[in-house]
Amino acid sequence: MSRRLSFWWFTGTLAFALLSMLVPLPGTLEPFKPYWPALILLYWALESGERVSLGLAFAMGLGADLLDGVLLGEQSLRLCALVFIVLRFRSRLRFFPMWQQALAVLALLLNDRVLLLIVRAFAGESLPPPAWWISPFVGAALWPFLFLLLDDLRVRLRIQ
Amino acid sequence: MALAREESSPLFAGTAAGTLRLIMYLALAMVLMVLDHRNGWMWHLRYATSIVIEPLYRLAGVPAQGMHAMSVAFSDRKLLTEQNQRLREDLLLANAKLNRMAAVAEQNQRLKELLDTQHSLELNVQLAHVIHVDLGAYTHRLTLSLGARDGIKIGQPVIDAHGLMGQVVEVLPTTTSVMLVTDPNHAVPVVIERTGLRTVAYGSRDGDQLSLPNIPLTADVHIGDRLLTSGLGGRFPPGFPVGQINAVGQAPNGLFLEAHARPMADIDRSEDVLLLHDQAEPAGPPTPSVPAGPPAELSPTPAASTTSPAATKPATEPAP
Repeated sequence: MSRRLSFWWFTGTLAFALLSMLVPLPGTLEPFKPYWPALILLYWALESGERVSLGLAFAMGLGADLLDGVLLGEQSLRLCALVFIVLRFRSRLRFFPMWQQALAVLALLLNDRVLLLIVRAFAGESLPPPAWWISPFVGAALWPFLFLLLDDLRVRLRIQ
Repeated sequence: MALAREESSPLFAGTAAGTLRLIMYLALAMVLMVLDHRNGWMWHLRYATSIVIEPLYRLAGVPAQGMHAMSVAFSDRKLLTEQNQRLREDLLLANAKLNRMAAVAEQNQRLKELLDTQHSLELNVQLAHVIHVDLGAYTHRLTLSLGARDGIKIGQPVIDAHGLMGQVVEVLPTTTSVMLVTDPNHAVPVVIERTGLRTVAYGSRDGDQLSLPNIPLTADVHIGDRLLTSGLGGRFPPGFPVGQINAVGQAPNGLFLEAHARPMADIDRSEDVLLLHDQAEPAGPPTPSVPAGPPAELSPTPAASTTSPAATKPATEPAP
């Protein structure tokens, strides 16, 4: 029973991340929208690393590409790279104090944006405006709250 | 020391194998991207999965609609009364204008009939609701609530009450994606209304602006000039307002004048747009027009012209 609940909770948060990625915001707020799928995947990779694999990141990226209508495989690439780095340094990141963890998340998200920039450059797109770089900072600022909220819910629902 | 041991611990299913898997997935993603970029698979895939994706879009749009509903529910009475009053005045004004326009349209119609032109002023349009707006750094697109089932085709121009908005670039069964005139990848042939100068208006990356980078140095272009579609290229019908020039300067290379224009259409405010069904005439020479003359009923009828001399003849004959 508890295993089934935890499975649904896990997939539910991932689906919610994809959905929040799609929520339209007013034009001025659009660059502030954090990259939700990356944040939620980060959380699960840190908290229960055996559940998150590169394959899952790839599949989720494909889903996100399909929903977003961007180049197929773009977000798969980004999420794979992200999850790989997190899983590699998982045991260190887990025991960082929160502010250090948030800084690490910022570095990861910035790395993600650089990857995206490289992909877009290869696809022949022009450079984005400066506001485009705000999103990783918003994501890092939200990280402690997201982490504590999800952790609290996880403990309450008694999910491993 | 402890950290060094951790990294080589088998907790991560072996770093070499993990790296290999990463490389494999990255390669797979790159192959997908290249194939998609070359062949445009995404479109087919999206077409096939639109039944699943479209409800998700609507679900994602729920918070925005909820905010709108909340703002209506909690706005106070005074504000609503004021708004109502203002809207009433606007309606009166609009009705007055509409009446005048109706009179002008009537007159125009009469004149046109008199000239025996084949084309009528009526536009064959379809109203569509905007369900998603994507004003990102790379793409300026709208998603509309009509699709292939409603007879939408790729290339149809999209307008609003003030001017040209863009054109249909992707048609799914129940939704349609519209590339706006401000999209960096969009270009529209225009003519400057005051001087008749033909040029091309491109979208630009920085905000909702149009850019006209290749105007001859000697051309007469001023701030405030209006741009109309020229109809060249056969994609847009001629005569629709596109934008208004708000900056003119020398291009960085010094060979041309570069102007910037603000789009006439309410790119970021429209909720309903019109899809034009009359495609512009295809490129090429126009069909030879029939020589126009006054309509048949205005010309003196042959019977009358022949009877009148006949009628006068008997009158004149008995006189002598």
